[in-house]
Amino acid sequence: MTFSGWAEILLVLLLIVLAAWPVGLYIARVTKGERGFLHPLLSPIERGFYALAGVDPQHGMSWQGYATALVLLNALHFLMLYAMLRLQFYLPFNPDALAGMSPRLAFNTAMSFVTNTNWQAYGGETTLSPGSQMWGLTSHMFVSAATGIAAALALSRAFAQGGLKTLGNFWADLTRIVLYLLLPIAVVAGIALVALGVPQTLATHADATTLEGAKQTISLGPVAFMEAIKELGTNGGGYFNANSAHPFEGPNAWATMLEAFLVFLIPIALTFTFGKIVGDRRQGYALLAVIGVFVIAAIAIAYHAEAAGNPLLTALGVDPAQGNMEGKELRFGIPLSALFNVITTATSCGAVNAMLDSYMPLGGMTSMFLIQLGEIVPGGVGSGLYGLLVFALIAVFVAGLMVGRTPEYLGKKIQAREVKLAMLAVLILPLSILGLAALSLVVPSALASLGNAGPHGLSEMLYAFTSATGNNGSAFAGLSADTPWLDTTLGIAMLLGRYAFLIPVMALAGSLAEKVKVPPSSGTFPTHGLLFVGLLCGVIIIMGGLQFMPALSLGPLAEHFAMLAGKTF
Amino acid sequence: MIHEFRPALVLVALLTILTGLVAPLAMTGIASVAFPFQAGGSLIEDHGKIVGSALIGQNFTGPGYFHPRPSATTEPDPKDASKTIPVPYAADNSNASNLAPTAKALIDRVKGDLASAGPAPVPADAVTTSASGLDPDISPENAERQIARVAGARHWPEDRIKALVAVYTAEPFLGFIGEPRVNVLALNRALDRMQGQMQGQVQGR
Repeated sequence: MTFSGWAEILLVLLLIVLAAWPVGLYIARVTKGERGFLHPLLSPIERGFYALAGVDPQHGMSWQGYATALVLLNALHFLMLYAMLRLQFYLPFNPDALAGMSPRLAFNTAMSFVTNTNWQAYGGETTLSPGSQMWGLTSHMFVSAATGIAAALALSRAFAQGGLKTLGNFWADLTRIVLYLLLPIAVVAGIALVALGVPQTLATHADATTLEGAKQTISLGPVAFMEAIKELGTNGGGYFNANSAHPFEGPNAWATMLEAFLVFLIPIALTFTFGKIVGDRRQGYALLAVIGVFVIAAIAIAYHAEAAGNPLLTALGVDPAQGNMEGKELRFGIPLSALFNVITTATSCGAVNAMLDSYMPLGGMTSMFLIQLGEIVPGGVGSGLYGLLVFALIAVFVAGLMVGRTPEYLGKKIQAREVKLAMLAVLILPLSILGLAALSLVVPSALASLGNAGPHGLSEMLYAFTSATGNNGSAFAGLSADTPWLDTTLGIAMLLGRYAFLIPVMALAGSLAEKVKVPPSSGTFPTHGLLFVGLLCGVIIIMGGLQFMPALSLGPLAEHFAMLAGKTF
Repeated sequence: MIHEFRPALVLVALLTILTGLVAPLAMTGIASVAFPFQAGGSLIEDHGKIVGSALIGQNFTGPGYFHPRPSATTEPDPKDASKTIPVPYAADNSNASNLAPTAKALIDRVKGDLASAGPAPVPADAVTTSASGLDPDISPENAERQIARVAGARHWPEDRIKALVAVYTAEPFLGFIGEPRVNVLALNRALDRMQGQMQGQVQGR
């Protein structure tokens, strides 16, 4: 680790927090229907959408209505993408006449994009036309991100006042988030990325003759705009197979820093939005502090693990000064690779600028562990905030048990129904991750997909189901994931990880909204102080983390100690 | 639920058109006017022919050129499409080795490359594959170790090549943003250009 490496990392984190503060307050304003500076330009489009869709933005929805609208929109969008991927050959903007996807791969890919996972069992530049990338994938990146943010807003509103019957209007939330938040930032960031070197063209490739006279076909496409929303919406699906490590997705240090900034911007901003909506900014700061603890610790571990280099290669005569460079790009070096891959797995983004499969055992484990915590520090856009709030409820419940009082969070009494719903949501993670990974590790056809032997093979499979269930989408990519078994089971893991978590959360929002808001008394446990921050960190580690420790000991930890003993596989 | 079908259908259609068609096409238009070079892939032309992209690495094997990092990219085997063969720097199929740090295959590959890499310690980038397989850069230390070979093959004094490497070495901005690196294609083009000028001078005399 070097001083300049840490300076680079801390500069990015500082800029994120500085920008997230005003953006968070802006989100609270525009989703409430108040006018922002973009309204003169965009409000005619908003009104046009409502008129065509027959939507009254003032009409509030019950939690059932809100959840139904959300699931229905996602279901239709899933079907549309599935059809587009199957029929790619017949659709326009396909100059290389690429064939449609197989049914199982189209199912996996459509599920991946509707759930904001962006797991890629296909190779971007070799499988998808510019048309499919634009109206198929890019539109999903906006809508799945907006879906998550809308659900987080609905839950935040439930804490704001007592006796609420409705959570807001899903259609209005969705439209406003896309129009006033995601689209403007994606356009500005997209132009900045083009300036830094990311292509944005309808050409699919250029044919070059190299200096030594060989032919080189260089894949191109409308990359920059997709890159911007891919990061901003914590989606993570790359235009190219190598994702943000490809020189056209991450042409230099500036571009990868901008991308890391975009990934964290909205998840961090939403902590400020939450404080604004519930009328107590300190509540948002407490959540931000919890996030900060985990993120800084994870960066320190990953950076340290990668910077020391691979001892097995050092023993052969490789200079360890550059660190572990297998699967890393020279222009990013170790600090920006470690930063990016922590940011991408602390959120549910899953874009990568270095290959996690070649990370040192502890470096790769850091990413896996961050997803296993439940994608909540800070998690995906929206999904991270509602996940973190579920853990906050469990934390106050634990505190209540210790002192024997009915727990409260923001003046709402947390009772049996709320705790049951919170646990229902949280328990889906180990069930899907450990259950499906364990099953796959005894299925011969799934074992044939492993790219590495020994404990690292177990890590590959565990990572795949962790990533799919956490809706992250990054991979230990040595795993050949486009097989009937893995396409199907990983598709199911994505479905469970998104909706089996989200629907209990919506029910929780409905139940909390109706409750009266109790004014704080001398017996109230303050949820904005250091004590609460520490308690919440502990609950996240115990609830989210410890149940995965046995599996991690057999994978990355076993590999680490085998490596120190000089063993290879 | 029935009355929510209309907003769901209409909004899926409208949002797809807006974010999947209008916005990316508008962006393509803006990019092609404002930043035509970058938007088109930073393609470099010599005498009207595309020789590569400034951002994408290409393979060099001749002794008179600086060599890039090893690359793990592949192409389908022309004899059997279900298999792949190694084709370094295949810029239409970005790929990494995805080998674990404890993989025997990694250790064996590095051992093989070290045999021809000169005295230890060897800079890590000279024997490791990048994440994309298309890394355009090498480290200054890696370039330094190749100077003698390039000078020998071109019959130039080493100092001259050393000076050229220094010109094409990019240092971190403000000393901490980015990594020190040498773009291999840019450096090799400069070598060829200089060779052309020298031959021109010889013929002109």
